[in-house]
Amino acid sequence: MAAILSIRDLRKTYDGGFQALKGVSLDIEEGEILALLGPNGAGKTTLISTICGITTATSGSVCVGGFDNVSQFRQARALIGLVPQEITLEPFAKVHDTVMFSRGLFGKPADPPRIEAVLRKLSLWEKRDAKIMELSGGMKRRVLIAKALAHDPQILFLDEPTAGVDVELRKDMWEIVGELKASGVTIILTTHYIEEAEAIADRVGVITGGDLLLVEEKERLMARMGQKQLEVQLTEPIDALPEQLAGHNLQLVNGGGALLYTYDTRAERTGITTLLNDVAEAGLVLADVQTRESSLEDIFVGLVARNGGGEAAVSGDAA
Amino acid sequence: MNWTAVATIYKAEMARFWRTFLQSFISPVLSTSLYFVVFGSAIGSRIQEVDGVEYGAFIVPGLIMLSVITQSISNASFGIYFPKFIGNIYEILSAPINFLEVVAGFVGAAATKSLFIGTVILCTAALFVDLSIQHPFAMVAFLVLTCLSFSLMGFIIGIWAGNFEQLQLVPLLVVTPLVFLGGSFYSISMLPPIWQTITLFNPVVYLVSGFRWAFFGQADVPVLLSLCAIGGFTLACMGVIWWIFKTGWRIRA
Repeated sequence: MAAILSIRDLRKTYDGGFQALKGVSLDIEEGEILALLGPNGAGKTTLISTICGITTATSGSVCVGGFDNVSQFRQARALIGLVPQEITLEPFAKVHDTVMFSRGLFGKPADPPRIEAVLRKLSLWEKRDAKIMELSGGMKRRVLIAKALAHDPQILFLDEPTAGVDVELRKDMWEIVGELKASGVTIILTTHYIEEAEAIADRVGVITGGDLLLVEEKERLMARMGQKQLEVQLTEPIDALPEQLAGHNLQLVNGGGALLYTYDTRAERTGITTLLNDVAEAGLVLADVQTRESSLEDIFVGLVARNGGGEAAVSGDAA
Repeated sequence: MNWTAVATIYKAEMARFWRTFLQSFISPVLSTSLYFVVFGSAIGSRIQEVDGVEYGAFIVPGLIMLSVITQSISNASFGIYFPKFIGNIYEILSAPINFLEVVAGFVGAAATKSLFIGTVILCTAALFVDLSIQHPFAMVAFLVLTCLSFSLMGFIIGIWAGNFEQLQLVPLLVVTPLVFLGGSFYSISMLPPIWQTITLFNPVVYLVSGFRWAFFGQADVPVLLSLCAIGGFTLACMGVIWWIFKTGWRIRA
């Protein structure tokens, strides 16, 4: 598939000297949903802002639909819709008017049927004459999406669309994103929720500290991220693993006081039942059992270490 | 030019004006009437004619200038500061529009509002005093240019301001004294010689003088100089705005 958005060696250093982007290169294919996953302050919003023209790049280039976003900013920006992270709406404006405003700002003539379609798609039609200040938080987010869609963009940026929203609204958002993809819109969303990327993305990019560490098909990345650890604490410490347990992917930790078992939650069989049977057969007495999922932070730490060639951290993460 | 975008910004800004129309209309009518009651009737009756013009009529051009300059700055600075404050300036920055189009929309609306208020004051004044306008075209030209140039200045203040206090700072501490000391209510020929010279450094003097000439045919400074001064001021403001958008100062990180 053709790349609708090409980013080459994009760097951004703010006036204070903070380097928010350290040479990001990325191709986004037409019609895909790309999730940019990263902790707060990773550079996600700076990346989006730089592509959209809100922030000026220090160096590098962005090509949108074949148009450079600086020298051909009119053509490039016309293809983009942006849904910001914060709810930034004029409180006294009416829903319909503010969406019409966005369309006009992009130089498109008023098209009431088109605006009606956008408002209906986002369940805002009934609220079209309501003032923004009268809407709930979820409705306001929908208005932001309607504004971004008002000029029929081919690429839609959603900056943390579900940050701080309840579970129900998050599901709604995912549905909306799915419908937009079906209508042919390319979607780039930022998030710090793994499950969000898992639910809706085709590809996932991991960004931290201004570096885009990797971009992978979601399935492959999730397999890597879906690891979990089971810690079996023993009543009596042991010196070495008993023979019966040699076949399991086990580590002896806490000075022999606990067994650490790493398994894949997405695998057909996790092997936990067999392991616990074998532990009992080996005559070991269990004091406690707990499981631990790799947090996003762990994964980032692992990825950063891998990126910098930190072998110890890598083996630790893979263990 | 993306005229649809210009019209969109212009209409949205004007909509804010119409929402508070009554306030926009009544406030200048009331304050002008009060000025005439105080300066025109109460004090004015004890003041001799100034340069052959009845004092009540003499202050009309200055009074219009005072309101138009203050309103232009306040409308334009608030117009661009408000989206900055709310955060929806992102829409303006990410839209396919250049700085001229943004300025045309915001400044055009601010200037229209103050032009409206200037006209309302003129009409109100006509109820209190006999007004003759000797050079109507020049009067309109001065009025429009003043609205435009001070709206441009207001736009710069709105971009510069980091909070509401700063938004009020320049109009309060710089513009109001300049307007009051710019010969709005007196002829600079009434000042001692040294102050006549000092006052020539006040740009508002040239505006008020030119505007008053359009009404009564008399000016403190040559009319051409007045026109050059206001033209130069407009160009200077445009230059600053061009630089702001080129560098992204205070609007684009």
